[in-house]
Formats: sequence, C-alpha cells, structure tokens
Amino acid sequence: MIRFLLKGILQDRHRSLLPLIVICIGVALTVLGHAWVTGVMGESIDMSARFSTGHLKVMTRAYAGEQAQIPLDLALSGATALLDELRREVPGVDWAPRIRFGGLIDFPDSSGATRAQGPAAGYAIDLLTPGAAEAARFNLASALLTGRLPLHPEEALLTQDFAEKFAVQPGDTFTFIGSTMEGSMAFHNLTVAGTVRFGIAALDHGAFIIDLSAGRQALAMPDAAGEILGFFRDDRYSQRRADALAAAFNARHSRGDDEFSPFMVTMREQEGMARLLDYAHLVALILVTIFLLAMSVVLWNTGLIGGLRRYGEFGVRLALGEGKNHLYKTLILEALLIGMIGSAAGTLIGLGLAWYLQSSGLDIGYASKTSTMMMPAIMRARITTADWYIGFIPGLLSMTLGSALSGLGIYKRNTAQLFKELDA
Amino acid sequence: MKIRMPALALLLLAAPHSHGEEAAAILARVDRNLSARTRIAESSMTIHSRRGSRTLTARSYAEGTRKSFTEYLAPTAEKGTKMLKLARQLWLYSPATDRTIQISGHLLRQPVMGSDLSYEDLMDDRKLAEIYEGRIAGEEEIAGRRAWVLELVARVADAAYPRQKIWVDRERDVPLRQELYAKSGKLLKEVTYAEATRVEGRWYPRQVRYRDVLKQGQGTELTVSKITFDQPIPEWIFSKAALKQ
Repeated sequence: MIRFLLKGILQDRHRSLLPLIVICIGVALTVLGHAWVTGVMGESIDMSARFSTGHLKVMTRAYAGEQAQIPLDLALSGATALLDELRREVPGVDWAPRIRFGGLIDFPDSSGATRAQGPAAGYAIDLLTPGAAEAARFNLASALLTGRLPLHPEEALLTQDFAEKFAVQPGDTFTFIGSTMEGSMAFHNLTVAGTVRFGIAALDHGAFIIDLSAGRQALAMPDAAGEILGFFRDDRYSQRRADALAAAFNARHSRGDDEFSPFMVTMREQEGMARLLDYAHLVALILVTIFLLAMSVVLWNTGLIGGLRRYGEFGVRLALGEGKNHLYKTLILEALLIGMIGSAAGTLIGLGLAWYLQSSGLDIGYASKTSTMMMPAIMRARITTADWYIGFIPGLLSMTLGSALSGLGIYKRNTAQLFKELDA
Repeated sequence: MKIRMPALALLLLAAPHSHGEEAAAILARVDRNLSARTRIAESSMTIHSRRGSRTLTARSYAEGTRKSFTEYLAPTAEKGTKMLKLARQLWLYSPATDRTIQISGHLLRQPVMGSDLSYEDLMDDRKLAEIYEGRIAGEEEIAGRRAWVLELVARVADAAYPRQKIWVDRERDVPLRQELYAKSGKLLKEVTYAEATRVEGRWYPRQVRYRDVLKQGQGTELTVSKITFDQPIPEWIFSKAALKQ
C-alpha cells in the first residue's frame, strides 16, 4: 500500500507539491536557525574559554576578587609547585600558567627616541616548551599573517591592526613599559617575530603575545603566574564537573584567612560568564522554541488544509464503498510519507546551508571594530547531532497530526447524503 | 533698623572676601616654605603594598617648578632609572633597555614605582597659590598643632585635583594634612606631613605619607634625608643627555 501511496504522491502533484514545499522550507529554516544559534553562542563561549577564562582557573583569592583589573601584585607565587599539584590531583584537565598584563609599547626611531607609542594588552603564554598546547589554543598558526611564531624568549607577536597603525614589521624592535609584580617600573625590549589577526575585535585593537619566560622576566615574576587555566581534555565544559573539581581543590588548598592562597573558579564564575552562559542557553531555547512552534503551526495548517481540500475526493471514495477506517488510514500514511520526504529534504537543505555558514561564516568585523567584547569577527554556524532531528521530528509530526485532525471529518460523513453533496 | 540691615548685608558680603584674602596669604606663606629657586634632595620612598613593603632611595634636583631630574639609587632593580621633567613633558630612562622614553597621556596617571603617587602628582610642582584659591573653613588641632583648615578650589583648568582641603600649621606655615578630591567631590588621596624641621631658615616637613584611598595598600612614605635650597645646579642636569650618563 505504501508503494501505491508513494506513487500517488509523486504523480499527483496537486495534492503533494504545496505541503512538500512548505515542510521542506520550514524544516530547513529550523535546522539552519538552530545550527546558527548554536554556532554563534558556542563560538563566543569557546573563544572566551581559550583566550580568557579556561574551563577552570586558579588565582590567588585576592587576584580573583579584582580579576577585571589584572592586579599583578596579587599574582600566584610558587607556580611550578602548584602546577605539579594540579596535574597530580586534578585528572583529565590540562593546565596552563599565563600572565595577562597591560602597559605601553614604545616604538623607537633610528636614533632610539620615541617614534610612536600606544597602550597594549600583553599575554605571556607558554610558546616555547615543546608540546605546549597554548599556541593551538590561541590558534596562532592560522592567525599568523606575516613573519613567524616566536622561537626565542625575546620575540613577540603583534596584532596586525596594531602593527599597521604603528608601521611595524617583523624584525622591528619595541619596548614594553609597565609595572612589575612588586609595582616597580617594567622596561623590556622585544623584537617582532610576526603579526597575527585573531578576528576578535577586543584583541586585534592592540595586543602582543610573548613567551611565559619573557613575561616572567619583564614583569619580575620568577616562578609566578597571574593565573593558571584548566581545560577539560575532552574539550566539553561540564558545569557539574567543574563545580566538583573546584570545590575539592578549594577545600584542600584555599584558606579564607590567606588572601594569597590559591583559589579555583569555574568558567561560569568569571567575568560575566554566568550571564553569557545563561544568556546563550536562554536565547537558544527561546529562538528554537519560537521557531519550532511557528513552524509546527504552519506545517499543521498545511496538513489541515491538505485534508480539507480533499473533502470532495473523500466523498467520492466513500460513495464508491471504501471503508472510513481504510480512508483515514491511507490519509495518515500519505501525510506520514509527505512529512518524511519533506522533512528529509528540508533537513538536508538546512544542513547544507548550515555547512556553508559553518565553513565560510558571516563577516561582522565592520560592526565589531570598536567592540571590546570577546566575540568573533566572523560568525559561524555549528552543526550538531541535534540538527539531524530538530527539524525532522516536528516536520513529520505536525503534518501527520494536521492531516489526522482534518481527516476526523471522514467519520462524520453520512453515506445517504454523499450524492446530494456531490451534486451540489 | 533701616540703617542696620544694609550694614549687616555689607558685612556678610565683605566677610568671605577678607577670608579669601587671608587664605591666599596663608597659601603664599606655605609656598615660601616649600618652594625655592633650586632644590637638591636625597630621599627614600617606602611603599606599603598588600604583599609587603619596599624602600627606594633617590637623588633629585629641581629648578623652580618647571625643571626636575631624579635618579634612583637603590634597590638594584631600580638603580640607574632616571626621570626628567621639563615643563609639561616627562622622560624616563631605563638602564635595562638603554631607552629614553617619553611618558604621556593616560600613563601619567599611573603610579610611580607602584607607589601612591602618580606621575601627574610628580609633574605638578606649581605653587599652591598659583593653582588654588579658597577660604578658611575653620581651625582645628591636628597632631598636637593648631592649624588653619582651608578649602581650596582650582583656579586653573589643568590641576590634577580640582578641589582640596588643607590643614596648615598656624605657627610654622607648613601643611599638616591634605585631602585631594576629584571634580565630583570624591576623595582620591590623603596626604599627611610630619617631622617639620628648620632648614636654611624655613620650616620644611621631612616626612610625607601619601595614601591613594582607591587602593587597598597602606600608603607610601616619603622621607627627605638631605635637602638644600637655592644651590646652583648645572644646566646639563636638565637635559636628555643627562639621562644616559
């Protein structure tokens, strides 16, 4: 019977084309919308984790309280021993010590006098230890535009926008001026190894990256680190797992009466991340729910109209002696088949469009030029497992339920009146 | 009655004017004690931060209010660092990088060597009477000394602190305490002066404690161990070439 119905659907476009098109478009838009929201929100959160928050972060209690100001004088001391303990005690997490700092960078002219200078954000990360994952977390290989990655502690990467603004090229030198951990003036000469562009407006405005050893030397922070970031090895942030690890670590190492004792926080507990995570979750939920509801109503309506449009046909079939149950069953099966074909096609089209937006992205750099938020300049969709069913199931169910509802009228038709209705 | 009311009004109008003049006279006497044609000093600066305290020593030369030169003598990390101020420009020399760098813009508001003083504080060496005008708000006893309490408002647009309150020793004409305010009225810094001694015929406070109330530290103490006034200073000291020597 299915084969018979399928033949009818394919050959009688009058009854199948419109529902198929509506279902296909609706499902495709649902899949694309979900993948887009997941991609944009997920990328912002992932980027914040890699560049700023980690999945977990260890700081001193005092530093954690004033984290937004990056107070180097409150940094962690004895970082090597602490790092060893973290690697031993917290399994499944990769730990990376970092120093974030701010200051001024000064570009000299040929006589050594100041040619140009500007405020800059500095990142001291482990670039030179063989096998260190920090370069990959900062996506340096792809971000590199000119020159090469640093091979020596006295070399730095400069963001391309910054380099262009001050007419700096690989091989040029500059001086960093800032404050050391104990508050003295920090002066440090560095050579530009290469220039990078992250596609993150907040970073590309003016930042430089140096090896952790250079940062420690420049800022007089021997065996110290501003923060130690933890990244789950499976790259999946779990709030429950992060909470458990942080609670266990703090119970062992952190003392409320010692503001310089280490203190572990989860990604959610940092720099407005709770709001971002909740917001991302809420926006995704609201968008997908609204979209699903709207699409379900449209698809339901399509099924309903499809059933009502065939009022006359059902009358003829009943008059010819076809059983009401059989008629209703074929209607449902037909709707199921149309729903399956439309939903499958819509899912494939939606996935195709999402794949395009995942690989090419949408450049919003022009809009985020002045933004200080850590958000990507190129917004991308992200295809997840949910996209394979998020549109398919409502597409299938709405069409079928719509037809089932409209088809109930079959049971109300009185055989004695059928010919009168048909005459009319 | 008809005669007394205008007379009272006249008195009320005249009163602030005379207080203003008196405040200006007090400020002029304070300036005579603190300012000089030239000044050569050796001082130590103890910075109390949340992690501990550290002391720096420096030798400084100043000519009027427009030229000054400071060389840090200790500790080792700071030794050889020099600062040159010429009018509204400031240069720093770091022996570690062998660079002379001009400090400008927002960096002038940064703390000097992690202390409670900003570069801007160091730069603004003008006489009080040049920058402020005000009135006597009352008299108080502070650290066992009778003092005038003056409320001052900046008369120039580029003052680092648009408002301040100053307690001036009535007998010695040196400040005992200062509260420095932002334009909004927010208290930014507290300064206390102590150990006023007679130096070459003038009273001079040898100990000054600065506290940035926006920071959580215990403040910065500046102690002047040696000071001479109106001694000739070679002109080359106030040149960029002197920074590298």
